[in-house]
Amino acid sequence: MAMNLKEIEDLIKEALPDAVIEIQDLAGDGNHYSATVTSNSFSGKSKIEQHKMVYNSLRGKMGNELHALAIKTKEQ
Amino acid sequence: MDDQTKNLIQSHIDTNEVCLFMKGTPDAPQCGFSMAISNMLKILEVNYKGINVLESQSLREGIKEFSDWPTIPQVYIKGEFVGGCDIVKEMYENGELKKTLEDKKINFKK
Repeated sequence: MAMNLKEIEDLIKEALPDAVIEIQDLAGDGNHYSATVTSNSFSGKSKIEQHKMVYNSLRGKMGNELHALAIKTKEQ
Repeated sequence: MDDQTKNLIQSHIDTNEVCLFMKGTPDAPQCGFSMAISNMLKILEVNYKGINVLESQSLREGIKEFSDWPTIPQVYIKGEFVGGCDIVKEMYENGELKKTLEDKKINFKK
């Protein structure tokens, strides 16, 4: 099962309301995405914590419905 | 995760300074992300241990729980979880990976 771009964006947005999110469907198959997420809530956190915040926003879909999502996080 | 899996993961991390939990082996990676990290470590001539999570379903699921991280590959340096593919790739590109290796006194090609 794949996920569409909008679903991913909505889930991240819900958890990180101030986030600016850029998502690309890398292969056009609904399975391989890359997301750049910029948010104030990342400030003072390690990269691991920042990525975990994004993973958590996806509510367990990462690694299941969502096969591959390359993440890049940026502080504002 | 059962104790046996947990102990197995812990012993890999304890006995190898640099551990890469990956899909496939360093010589025959079975996933592009695992291959990418494996290649970076090879380029830096780091002596690392590749652990193929595809050999065991309990290991494949267990490592995610162990690190509280949902994806594979995963890199451990001197017992510390450093990151998955995206973070390690970023660290490789911006020089932080070399710095981390240096700080942790791991031999690599400078």
